[in-house]
Amino acid sequence: MRLNVDSDIALTHLLTRKKQTMIAALGVTVGIGIFIFMISLVVGFNRYSDEALFKAAPHLRIYKDDMLSQPLIPQSNSGYATVIVNPKITNVSNALINPEKIMADLIKQEDVVTVAPQVSVNLFYNNGTSQINGVASGVNILEANAMFNIQSTMLAGDVRNLVATPNGILIGVGIARKLNIQLHDNINITSSVGVVKVMKVEGIFKTSNSNIDLTKSYVNLAVSQQLLHQSSSFVTDILVNIKDPDKAPEFSKRLQRVTIYKVEDWQAANEQTMSSKKTRAVMFGAISLAILLVAAFGIYNIINMTIKEKLNDIAILKATGFSGKDVINIFIKETLIMGFIGTLFGLLLAAGLIKVVSGIYIGGDREYFPIGFELSIFIAGAIIGMLVTLGAGYIPALNAAKIDPIEIFRK
Amino acid sequence: MMEKQVILKTNHIAKYFYEPVKFKALNDVSFEVFESEFVAMIGKSGCGKSTLLYILSTMDTAYEGELFIAGQKITGQKQDTLAAIRNQNIGFVFQFHYLLPEFSCLKNVMIPALKLGKYSYEEIEEQSYQKLELLGIKDQALKPASKLSGGQQQRVAIARALINSPKIIMCDEPTGNLDSKNTGIVLETFQQLSKEFGQTIITVTHDNDFAAKSDRNIEMEDGEIIDHDKKI
Ligand SMILES: Nc1ncnc2c1ncn2[C@@H]1O[C@H](COP(=O)(O)OP(=O)(O)OP(=O)(O)O)[C@@H](O)[C@H]1O
Ligand SMILES: [Mg+2]
Repeated sequence: MRLNVDSDIALTHLLTRKKQTMIAALGVTVGIGIFIFMISLVVGFNRYSDEALFKAAPHLRIYKDDMLSQPLIPQSNSGYATVIVNPKITNVSNALINPEKIMADLIKQEDVVTVAPQVSVNLFYNNGTSQINGVASGVNILEANAMFNIQSTMLAGDVRNLVATPNGILIGVGIARKLNIQLHDNINITSSVGVVKVMKVEGIFKTSNSNIDLTKSYVNLAVSQQLLHQSSSFVTDILVNIKDPDKAPEFSKRLQRVTIYKVEDWQAANEQTMSSKKTRAVMFGAISLAILLVAAFGIYNIINMTIKEKLNDIAILKATGFSGKDVINIFIKETLIMGFIGTLFGLLLAAGLIKVVSGIYIGGDREYFPIGFELSIFIAGAIIGMLVTLGAGYIPALNAAKIDPIEIFRK
Repeated sequence: MMEKQVILKTNHIAKYFYEPVKFKALNDVSFEVFESEFVAMIGKSGCGKSTLLYILSTMDTAYEGELFIAGQKITGQKQDTLAAIRNQNIGFVFQFHYLLPEFSCLKNVMIPALKLGKYSYEEIEEQSYQKLELLGIKDQALKPASKLSGGQQQRVAIARALINSPKIIMCDEPTGNLDSKNTGIVLETFQQLSKEFGQTIITVTHDNDFAAKSDRNIEMEDGEIIDHDKKI
C-alpha cells in the first residue's frame, strides 16, 4: 500500500527528526503511564476497601428505627398551640413484624442475591473475672457466610461447625486474646436482659478492623433469640445483598417506598468511607491530569518547533497547491503518530508499574498491594492519551495553516 | 493565422506595502499574456517584478484591481480554491527558496503531482524522472535536495514546476544561479514547452541575452509597466 502525500510528508518530517519525535512521544508515555497507574491504584484500593467493608456489612440493612414520642395533642391548625410532651425515644420492641413475609418478598426481586435475617444482641463476654462488652449477631451461619464470606477471615475453626453445634460461637481474635481463649474452649456470655449462657468457641476470625475483632461474635439465630427472651420469629434486621453494590442507594430508595421500616444502604451507613473514597478519586485524578497536561505541553512545543523550522516547507507546499486543510492534515498526522507511539509505550509502562507494585508485600489480610489490571482503565487511558495529543497538535497545526507563503518568500 | 487566446489578464492592479511606511509597489498594472507565449519581465532591481509575480501566481491576494487566468476571475476566490488552481494550472519557480530539503530531488518533483492525484504513483515517478532528465540532473534524483548545489536545486525546482503540465509556468529569475550552458538548457526547455506543448511562460530575468530569446519583453519601472513589447 502506498501512503498518501500528506502522510508521506508527515512521516518524513518525523523520521528526519527522530530525537524530537522520541522526546515528544516520551512525554506522552510518561503522562499516560502514570495516569493509568494512578487510576488503577485508586480503583484497586477502593475495591479492596469495599471488600473489607462487605465482610462486615451487607449492601442493605432493613431494621426498625427508634421513634420519638409524639405530642399528646398535636397542633391541628395554626391558631392552636401544640401540647408538648418531652419528646423521647419510645420504648417499643425493635422487632420486625412478620419477617418471613418481608424476606420472601425481597428474594423475589431480580436484583437481590442474598437475604438473611439477623438478631443483634448486646452482651458481655466473660472468662473468669475478665469481661468485655460487645455485640453478637444471631444468624443463619450459612446465609451469613454467603453474604460476608466469614470463612475467609477465619484464623481457626470452621464456620460450618456452628451448624452442628447449637451452642457454638465464632469470636473475634481480639476477644480471644483478651480473655485468653483458645479454639474449642468455653466462654460465658451475658445478654443485656440478663440471660447467661455457656458457649463453645467453634471459630476465631480476624477482619481488617481491630475494633470489630474486639467486640463481634456470631451465634446461631436461635441462641440470640433465647438471649433476648424472644420467640423464634423474632428478627431485628434483615440483611440484603444485591447484584451491583453501587446500585444500593437506588434500590434502597425503591424499597423505602413500600416499607415502614428503615432501609439503609451501605453507602449511607459508611459515609466516612465514602467521603474518603471521593477525596482519593479527586486527588489522584487531579494529579494524573496535571501530568497529562505537562505531556500535552511537550507535544504542543515540539509541534510548534517543527512548524517554526518548517516555515519554508509550508510556504513551498502551499505555493505548489497544498491547501490549508492539507497543512493541518500533515501536522495532525505527525501529532497522531507521536501520540500513538507515546500512548503505546505508556500502556506498557503502566502495565509494568502495576506488575511491580502488585508484588509489593503489605501484610494484613490482603497481603499484597491491592492493584490489578483493569481493561477499562487501559482503554480510557489510551483514548484520553490520543485526545490530549490531538488537542495539543491541533492548535499549532491551525496556525501553520494560516501561514502566508508570500511573507516567507519575501524574507 | 489563428486568433490568439488570452490566458492571463490583469486590470489596473495596484499594490501597497504598509510596513515600515506606506509605499505603492505596483501602480495601475494592466496587461495580457497569450496562450503559448514566452514572456520575459525585465526592469531594474526593486521595480516590483517579484511583487507582481506573486500576485499573478494567486498566492498574494492583498491587492487592488482584478486578475483573470484562463477566463476565470481569480480575484476574490477562496484560499482553498486558489490552492487547487495553483496545483493544476500554475508551475512556480521561486527566486530564493527552492526545495523541501529533507526529501529526495525525485520526491520534490513528485509531490505536486501526488497532490493532484491524476496519475498513479509509478506513472508520476516515471514522469518525474523524465523532467529531471530534461534539465540534465537525472543522476541526482535520489539525493536529498539539501545536498545539491544552488544551480542544481534551481533546476530541480524547474522540473517540479513542469510536473503537472500547468497552463502557465511562472519563474522568478530561474537562471540566476546557472552557468551559460545550463541557462541554455533552461532557455531551450522553455522555448520547447511554449512552441510544442502550448504552455505559457512568464519569467522575470536580469539576463538580457535570455530575455532577447523570449517571444516578448515586458519592461517595468517603479511599479509600472513602461513597455509591453520592448525590443532588445
Ligand atoms: N514585504 C515588503 N514590505 C515593504 N516593502 C516591500 C516588501 N517587499 C518588497 N517591497 C518593496 O517593493 C518594491 C518592489 O520589490 P520587488 O521585490 O517586487 O522588486 P524586484 O523587482 O523583484 O527586485 P529584484 O530584481 O531585486 O528581485 C521594492 O522597493 C521593495 O523594497
Ligand atoms: Mg525579485
